[in-house]
This record gives sequence, structure tokens and C-alpha cells, in this order.
Amino acid sequence: MSEINERIRDGSVRVVTAEEMPELVDELGTQGAVREVDVVTTGTFGAMCSSGLFLNTGHSDPPIKISKAWLNNVEAYGGVAAVDLFLGATQPSEDRGDEYGGAHVMEDLVSGRDVELRAQGVVTDCYPRSELETTLRLDDFNQAIMVNPRNAYQRYAAAANSTERTLHTYMGTLLPRYGNVSYSGAGALSPIPNDPDFEYIGVGTRIFLCGGQGQIIGPGTQHLPQNGFATLMVKGDLKEMSSEFLRGATFQDYGPSLYVGLGVPIPVLNERIAEKTAVRDREIVTEIVDYGVPRRARPTVRRVNYEELYSGVVDIDGAEVKTSALSSRHVARKVASALGDSIRRGEFLLSEAVEPLSGVGRNNPVRQTKEFLLVGDVMSSEVVTVREEINIKEAARMIVGGTFDHLPVVSADEKLIGMVTAWDISKAVASDKTSHISEMMTRKVFIASPDEPLELAARKLHHHKISALPVVDKDHRVIGMLTSDHLSRLYGRRRRSK
Amino acid sequence: MKLMLHVAPGIVRKPIVSSVILETKALINIERAKVDAVSGEIVVDVDLDKCVEVKRAFEERGVRVVLLENPIIKDDDECVHCGACISICPTGTFRFEGSEVVADAGRCVQCASCITACPQRALRLVLK
Repeated sequence: MSEINERIRDGSVRVVTAEEMPELVDELGTQGAVREVDVVTTGTFGAMCSSGLFLNTGHSDPPIKISKAWLNNVEAYGGVAAVDLFLGATQPSEDRGDEYGGAHVMEDLVSGRDVELRAQGVVTDCYPRSELETTLRLDDFNQAIMVNPRNAYQRYAAAANSTERTLHTYMGTLLPRYGNVSYSGAGALSPIPNDPDFEYIGVGTRIFLCGGQGQIIGPGTQHLPQNGFATLMVKGDLKEMSSEFLRGATFQDYGPSLYVGLGVPIPVLNERIAEKTAVRDREIVTEIVDYGVPRRARPTVRRVNYEELYSGVVDIDGAEVKTSALSSRHVARKVASALGDSIRRGEFLLSEAVEPLSGVGRNNPVRQTKEFLLVGDVMSSEVVTVREEINIKEAARMIVGGTFDHLPVVSADEKLIGMVTAWDISKAVASDKTSHISEMMTRKVFIASPDEPLELAARKLHHHKISALPVVDKDHRVIGMLTSDHLSRLYGRRRRSK
Repeated sequence: MKLMLHVAPGIVRKPIVSSVILETKALINIERAKVDAVSGEIVVDVDLDKCVEVKRAFEERGVRVVLLENPIIKDDDECVHCGACISICPTGTFRFEGSEVVADAGRCVQCASCITACPQRALRLVLK
């Protein structure tokens, strides 16, 4: 490694990008590649929500102990000492909502623009001031240190949507009925896939971060290398960064996020590293998951590699589905080449890691200890169902005599086939046209299952502007009914008990 | 060539498109239509050689017609070439040229799907 740094200093270093490496290894073999190449540069540029910024504003006169602070109306955490703040990338602004957030403040600072600081203080003998308002630029802060808890995912699941409704997610706009696939990650150009066993990458590794030089300070949060989902925690000086490689972004109906440009140089120290840095897009496999299922464990639609994703079209159940990325391959290439240029100019030296990244991590679900209601806990189980043969008068009588405005219609084997509401009956009577349930019932019925979280069922009622959901078991038999009345009663009870 | 038809109150219930087709014998493709109780906004595609004739025929029926020559603008300072606009566009306006996103504005029917899908807010409709 010191030899490679020597060659960086004297300008004789040989650098290629991770995209050029596979062909070189094909041509020269791993032994030849070790001889001919000193450093392979990697790069990625994509939305990395888990990013943020520590700012030290300097002390005012009289001094203030900041407890709450806003930068351009985006709240920054003020509970760190007197004038240290932490600004999170995904924090939305209080006046412009999702269209402007912490990430945009960071881009404004990097671009040299003014930022309005507003702070409230806790008055003490040593910090008598209670309020501070001032206009600052990046230069005015003592320190502006980016610290990103989770960046540069090894790979990321691609997203699709099986439902009938367009979804707006942090994976972008997902069209209904698998209308598109959205993916993220730089494939074979990504840092970690080029050193998946952390032969070089470790704590202290010097990296390219948003145009400046930064360090890997440890494994990122949710680091799960044993499953191929390693992450990095990184740090860098915002004052060295450029808006070419740092951008505030907004995901519709989700919120702000930060596009981070991150590159890791990997020295070709041995044949193993030469082989690993020759990784190709088609060797990096991920899953397409269905974001239409709003649960933590989303079902996998199919496995896919990055070469297929980059091709622009993938096959789902025999249909050609268009793919598009949220991360930018174009800027990822710029990251890798800018990093290569600064190494060739002798400005970027490689650093020995203090310790390797852990090969085992943890990403468990949260332990939920408080009341968590499911549909089955709240629904009415005494539900009256009808067969489609009955006439309108009988149906009307059942609604009047029962507790619901809704009658689930079932087949001979008790399976749900439709729903009739008091409104349907009124409409039928008013128009004097139909007399049979089968003609007036809604056949496309939204349903709930008893083990579904109540909150999701409530969203379903809201989205489809309906007031009741029949609850069915796995054989599609009606076992209960959930109505908006249940929800309002529940809310009333909770309010009283507080 | 794409034409944006602004159909005013009073004539929105009339079979305007059909009557223009019968008169001009042009092949008119309706690419997008948003019609409510009082007015409508319809984007049609017509062959270049019939364009002037069709435009005049619509105008004679009281429709305001705008040629969609440059319906959408991409701000290249803001665009990071991620490609989020590509898969959600119903008419294939955007594509990769190398690793850069380019727009073929002639295909755009101003449905506005891409406006909110762009994380960088780099796209803007030219409204007339």
C-alpha cells in the first residue's frame, strides 16, 4: 500500500474505474491486473435518506444555549451542547413542506447561499439569552461536518406495485398493476460490491464524499453483510463539498432526501482484490419487491440483476415492464472519474483501515411492546350475510333489523361475492329498475383480513372513500365486518382514557 | 404534431372531434382527454400535412387550439440523469442516450406524471 501511495505522490499511479476492470481482468488475468493496475475507483450517486450534518454556529453575545433551532424553517436538533446542531436530510420544512427540507438546506449551504437561523434557548446563569435570529453562510459556521449514519448500500431491492392505485414512495412513483419498476444503486460501480469481504474497506478508509475527502467511520446502521446488504457510516467536511455531488431532492408524498455522491478507491493489492473488482452488473443480484403490500415483509416478485435493470425492461409474469432508476449512473461515473483524477494529481492518498468492517450485522424489526390493534381485535364478528337470490324487500328488512348498513353477499359455499348497501337499495327502489340483489350489488369489494393492522384497514377505508370492509378468512369466507363506526368509537374511547 | 384543444363551456357536450374527423378525413389520435361538466382539455396527435386543416376545423367550432411544439422543459442544471421520468411517462418522451436522460418533447401530451416523479424538480410544463 505504501508503494501505491508513493506512486500517487510521484504521479506514476495507474488508476481505472470499476467499470473498466472486468475487461482488463479478462484480457490480462488477475495476475496481470495486479501488475498493471494500482487503484480501482468506485462511485455511486443516489438518494441516501440517512444523512445529516453537524453544525457549530459559534457563540453569540450574550450567549445562548440552543434548545430548538430552524435553518430556513427546517428544524435541526438542538439538544447537543449549546451551539451544536444536527440537521437531518429528511426533515421537512415548516413552511414549504416536502418541497424543501434538510437536504435542500445542505445544498444551499454548499452552493454558498444565505441560510436563516432561528433559535430558541433555555435561559441559565451562564447562557442568559433566549432567542437568536441571524443570516449565515457556510463560511460563517465554525464546523459543518456531514455525518451519514447509513450510506452506500451494497445493493437495494427494486420496487414495483401490484395494486390498482399509483403509489408514491421513497422508491419514487410506482404505477399500478406492475406498470413500472424503480431501482437504486450503481451496480458494479458501487463501492461495496467491489470489496464485499472488506479486504481493504474498513474504519478510517479515506473516501470521496460529495466532492470532498471523507472517511468511513464504521459500518452503517442496518449493516447486514451476511445477507449482502452491507452499509457504511461516513463523515466529511461540508466546506470541501460541491453541489455537483450533493443535491436536495423531493420524493412526492414521501418527503425530502439527499442525493450523496460517494466513491471508494480500492487498491489492487492482490489477485483476490483484482478478481472482486472485476465484478459485473449481471453478477449483482437483487429482488423486485411489491410495495403494494404495506407491511415490513414485502413479498418478492422476482430476482433480478443490475444488467437487466439497466436494460430498461424486465419481464414480470410474461409482461414487459419498463424500469428506471432513482440513482444516477451518469453522476456515479463522474464520482469514479473525479476520484481517479484527484488520485492521479497526487491529491488523494489511500489510507490503511484502523480495523475492518464487521462481517456480521443486525437489522431486526422493532420490539413492539405497546398496544398494537389488529382488525380482528376491533371488528364485529356477528355479521349477517345474504345470498344473491334474495329480493330487494328481504334485503331492506335485514338492514333495518340489523346493525349495519352493509350486507355481504355470499355464494352457496359461503364465499364473499359482493356487497349491498342501504344506498344501493334506495337507488334501486328510486329507479324502480332492479329487484334482485345480484343486479345491484358491488362485485369488486375491498376486504380486510383479521391479522391486518387496524391502521392499514383505516387507510383503505379512507383511500377508497368507503365506510365498511368485510373481514374474510383465507378461504374468502366472511368472518366479520369493520366499519368507520368502529374506528370513531375506538378513537373516542382512547381520548377518554387519557 | 400534437395539438392541445381547450374546449369551452357550451360546446363541450358536442361531438366536436368526430365532426372534425368527418370533415377533414384526418387520422386523429386522442392522446389524453380531461373533460368535466363544463369544459375540457384534449391532446390529439395529427399528421403534419393535415395539421393546419385540422387546427382550422377545430377553431371554426369554437375550440382554442395550441400547437404543442415544446410542451415540456427539462432544466439541465437541475437534472442529475437518474431516469425516474423514463418509466412513468405513458408516451416514451424520455430515454437514456448513453448515461444521460434526453427528452423528445414532441411525444409529450402534458399529462404531468413526470413533474412530481422528478426528485430534482427539474421538469416543467409549458402551459398555454
